[in-house]
Amino acid sequence: MREGLDQWSFVLVAYAVAALATLVLAGWSWLSMRRAERRRDRAKGG
Amino acid sequence: MHFYANPARFLGIARWLTLPLLIAGLALVSAALAWGLLVVPPDRLMGETVRILFVHVPAAWLGMGGWMTIAIASLVELVWRHPLAAIAARAAAVPGATFAAICLATGSIWGRPTWGTWWVWDGRLTSMLVLLFLYLGYIALAGAIARDGASSRILAIYGLVGAINVPIINRSVVWWNSLHQPPSITLGRSAIDGVFLAPLLVATLGFSLLFGGVVLARMRALLADAQAEARMRRRAAAPAREWG
Repeated sequence: MREGLDQWSFVLVAYAVAALATLVLAGWSWLSMRRAERRRDRAKGG
Repeated sequence: MHFYANPARFLGIARWLTLPLLIAGLALVSAALAWGLLVVPPDRLMGETVRILFVHVPAAWLGMGGWMTIAIASLVELVWRHPLAAIAARAAAVPGATFAAICLATGSIWGRPTWGTWWVWDGRLTSMLVLLFLYLGYIALAGAIARDGASSRILAIYGLVGAINVPIINRSVVWWNSLHQPPSITLGRSAIDGVFLAPLLVATLGFSLLFGGVVLARMRALLADAQAEARMRRRAAAPAREWG
């Protein structure tokens, strides 16, 4: 049988882990892309 | 496929697809998670923890889907030698690893109140952990190849061989006794009630669009890096030719 754990705290931690990891992944990928494309444009112009 | 394998043509499409995919993905994921948290009732057996499945299941699909992307792109790279295929495979590795890690973390968080344990060494959990290690090996090998300028064929072979683990993950709950439940969704059939299935499908679509946007962004970054390095190499070689 299930223990008397507060299930909502597990739900919220799972959502926080997933949301944080997804946002970091999307933000990091977007910023890396912008940085690489700026570097390429500088190499083209310079 | 050959038509889109041209880097210039690909960049033309990727430039206007990346941001819309990311925004649509984030919007759908936010809506699905709010739906899962605020609207869906608790399950008769799982209670409130059923809500965790709206992030766990899409993460599991994308963890496996990421490796299938690597395997298909690796095959295309080995057979047709498309440079874009190698870039697509590398771009899928970090998002695939992230979703495999989210799947393991959220599964463990779900398991504690539901099964009474954070972890069991059964077929499904262990093969998913092996997938995460395969991703980490792939990322490390890709980094070493990029640094040393070695041939990427070994990476493509690694990507293809690693795909053996994907059907093992998928069938593990059928082949071995497991705490993990058998597949709830198969082709054309679902054992999940509509009240849970609808937000699950929206979350899966949202995470998939997000995954697509992230892969495109990473492909653009890899292409831009390669173009910048090629230009700098040409520039460095030009005076040497004049003096030589």
